[in-house]
Amino acid sequence: MKKVTLKSIKNLVANNLVTVLFIIICSIGIPLSGYSPTYLIQEIIIRISRNSFLILSLLIPIMAGMGLNFGMTLGAMAGQIGLILVTDWNVVGIPSMILAMILSVPISILLGQLCGRILNKAKGREMVTSYILGFFMNGVYQLVVLYGMGSVIPIKNTSLILPRGYGIRNTVNLINIRRSLDSLIDLKIFGIQIPLMTFVVIALLCVFVIWFRKTKLGQDMRAVGQDMNVAAAAGIQVEKTRIISIVISTIVAGIGMILYLQNIGTLNTYNSHTQIGMFSVAALLVGGASVSKANIGNVFLGVILFHLMFVVSPMAGKNLIGQAQLGEYFRVFVSYGVITLSLVLYEMRKRRENLANAEKLQDDQQGAIDEN
Amino acid sequence: MENKNMIDRLKSFIHNFGWPRIIIGMFLLVLFIAAPFVGVNINTSLSDTFNRFGMNCIMVLAMVPMIHSGCGLNFGLPLGIIAGLLGGTLAIEFNFIGGTSFLMAMIFATPFAVLFGWGYGKLLNRVKGGEMMIATYVGFSSVAFMCMMWLLLPYSNPTMVWGYTGKGLRTTISTEGYYLHVLNDFLAIRIGDHFLFPTGMFLLFALLAFLIWSFLHSKKGTAMTAVGSNPVFAKASGINIDKTRILSVILSTWLGAIGILVYQQSFGFIQLYMGPFFMALPAVSAILIGGASVNKASITNVIVGTFLFQGILTMTPSVMNSVIQTDMSEVIRIVVSNGMILYALTRKTEATR
Repeated sequence: MKKVTLKSIKNLVANNLVTVLFIIICSIGIPLSGYSPTYLIQEIIIRISRNSFLILSLLIPIMAGMGLNFGMTLGAMAGQIGLILVTDWNVVGIPSMILAMILSVPISILLGQLCGRILNKAKGREMVTSYILGFFMNGVYQLVVLYGMGSVIPIKNTSLILPRGYGIRNTVNLINIRRSLDSLIDLKIFGIQIPLMTFVVIALLCVFVIWFRKTKLGQDMRAVGQDMNVAAAAGIQVEKTRIISIVISTIVAGIGMILYLQNIGTLNTYNSHTQIGMFSVAALLVGGASVSKANIGNVFLGVILFHLMFVVSPMAGKNLIGQAQLGEYFRVFVSYGVITLSLVLYEMRKRRENLANAEKLQDDQQGAIDEN
Repeated sequence: MENKNMIDRLKSFIHNFGWPRIIIGMFLLVLFIAAPFVGVNINTSLSDTFNRFGMNCIMVLAMVPMIHSGCGLNFGLPLGIIAGLLGGTLAIEFNFIGGTSFLMAMIFATPFAVLFGWGYGKLLNRVKGGEMMIATYVGFSSVAFMCMMWLLLPYSNPTMVWGYTGKGLRTTISTEGYYLHVLNDFLAIRIGDHFLFPTGMFLLFALLAFLIWSFLHSKKGTAMTAVGSNPVFAKASGINIDKTRILSVILSTWLGAIGILVYQQSFGFIQLYMGPFFMALPAVSAILIGGASVNKASITNVIVGTFLFQGILTMTPSVMNSVIQTDMSEVIRIVVSNGMILYALTRKTEATR
C-alpha cells in the first residue's frame, strides 16, 4: 500500500514538475520578501483580474493541437489599436471600453485569419512560426502606428501625436478608461479591493470556453488536435477548423489586452504587447498545462503562482543579496526557464511515445519481411 | 524556341531562388543605384557594408553546422555568444592588451563554448523534431541566467565593474585598449578618405569558412550532412547520429563565440546582460536570405546572405533618410528579417523532414 502511494506521488511530481518547482520557489521567496499577507493577496487579486483573460485565449489553439499560440500578440496589437482610436475620439468610461473592443474584433479576425493560414503552411512547427510571426507583425504594427497614424489614419488629438506631426507617442495615457471596469462595483473585503465586474467578465469567458468544448466545432477541434489525418478522413475541414481556433484566440487576446490595459492605465505604445505572449504562456505552463493539454484550472493556478513569484522576487533578491536587480533578473530567468523546461519535457514525452509506436511498426515490418 | 527555353530557365531560377530573395536583392540594388543621386556617399556606404559584413559573417557561419546535421536554424546562438562574452571579459580581467587579448579571448571562450555546446547538443538530442522552439528558449533562458551571473561573478578589473560598488559588471564595456579594431586595422586597405577595407576580419572569416568547408567535405562532415538529410540512411551506414549532432552543435556554439568577439572588436563594446538577447534573429535571417533553407546551407549562402542583409541595414537608413526625411530603417529591418524567417518556415518542400 505504501509503495503504491509513494509511486503515485512520484508520478504526480513528475507530471507536474514545473508546478511543484514553482510552489517551492514561492514558499522560499515569500518569507524572504517580508511582504504582509494582505499586500500579497491584494496584488494577486489584481493580477488575476488583469491577466487571466489573456491567458484564457491560449486554451482554444491548444485544444486544436496547435500548441502555445505565441501569435496572441497579434490580438494584443488589435486591442491596442482599438484603445488608441477611442482615446483619440475621447470616449469615456465603459462605453469607451466596449467601443475599443468592437473596433478590435474586426482587426483581430483579419490578423487571426492571416496567422491561421500561415500556421497551416507550417504544420508541425506552429509554435516557432507563430512566435516569429509575432515579431514580423510587430514591424507592421510599428509601420501603422508610428508612420500611418496621423498621416493616413486621421488622429485629431494632438496630445497623442509625436511632435513631428504623425505617429503615436511612446506612452498613451488611458485616463478615460482607467480602472473603469474594475471599479464599476466597489467591493472591499477586509480592506482588500476586489474588481468584481472584471471577474464577472472573466467568468463569462470561462463559461464560454466550457460551452465551446461541447459544441460541434469544439469537438471537431479536439479531433483535429488528436490526429489531423483521422479528422480529415472523418470529414472535418481540418485547415478551416485550425484557422477558426486561431481567430477565436486572437479575438479573445484582443479583448484581454483591453482589460489588461484598463487596469494598468497607461499604454506603452511600442512595448506593451511584446512581452504579453511570453508572460501568458509562462503562466499557463506554471499552472500545469502542457503544449497539448490545458484547462481552466491551469490558467488560475498558473496566474497565482507565476505572479506570486513575480511580486516577491525583487524584494527577496534585495533581502538576500542586497540587490533588487538580481531578483528582477531572476524572475526573467524563471519565466524563460519555465517555458524551456515545459517544452523540453513535452518533446521528450512525445518522443518516447513516438519511439514506442515506431518500434511496434518496425516489429510489424520485420514480421512482414520474415514472411517474405 | 530558344526564347522559350530562356523563359523556362528563368522561371526555374526564380523558383529555386525564391521571390523574397530576388525582391531583397533588387531592393539593395536600387538602394545602391539611388544612393549617389540623393547625396549619399557611395564609398562610405560600401565601406560600412563591408565592415558590417565582417562583423556579422562569422555569427551567420555559426548557423551552418547545425543546419547540416538537421538540428534546424540555430536560434540558440545566444549560448555561443555567452561563451564569447565570458572569453572576452576574462581576457580583460587578466589584463591582456592589444592583439594578445583577442587571441586570449578566443582561447578562453573555447572551453566554455565546447562545454555549453555539449550540454546544448545533449538537450537537442532529446527533443528531436522540436529543436527550433527549444533552441530559442534555451538562448533566452541562458541570457537571463547570465544576467544574474554578470552581477555575481567576482570580476574586479576597474574598467569592467561598476565604479561605486566595485563589483558586478557594467552593461557595456569598452574594448578600447584591449582588442578594439585589432582585426579591422590588420592590413587594412584605405582608398581615399571614405573607404576602408577591414582586411583582418575578412581573413579570419576566410580561414574559418575554409575550415568549415573542408570539414564538411571530410569524412566526419559528410557523415554530418547524411545525418541531416537522411537519418535512417545515416544510421544504416553505421554513423552515430547523436554524437554527430552534438559535434555540430559544439561547432555552431564555438563559431558563435568567435563571431561575437569579432563583432566586439569592430563595434568597440562588449554588451552584457540583455545584449545578446535578440542576436540570433539577424543571423538566422541573413543565412536564409542567402538562399539557405531549414535543412540546407552552404558557405555561399552565408556570404551572399550576410552581404544582402547587412547591405540593406546599412543602406536603408541613409538613403531613406535622404529621400523621405524619416528613418524607417528599424521597421524595414524587422519586416525583412522576420519575414524571411517566416518564408523559410512555411515552405512546404522544406516542411517534410
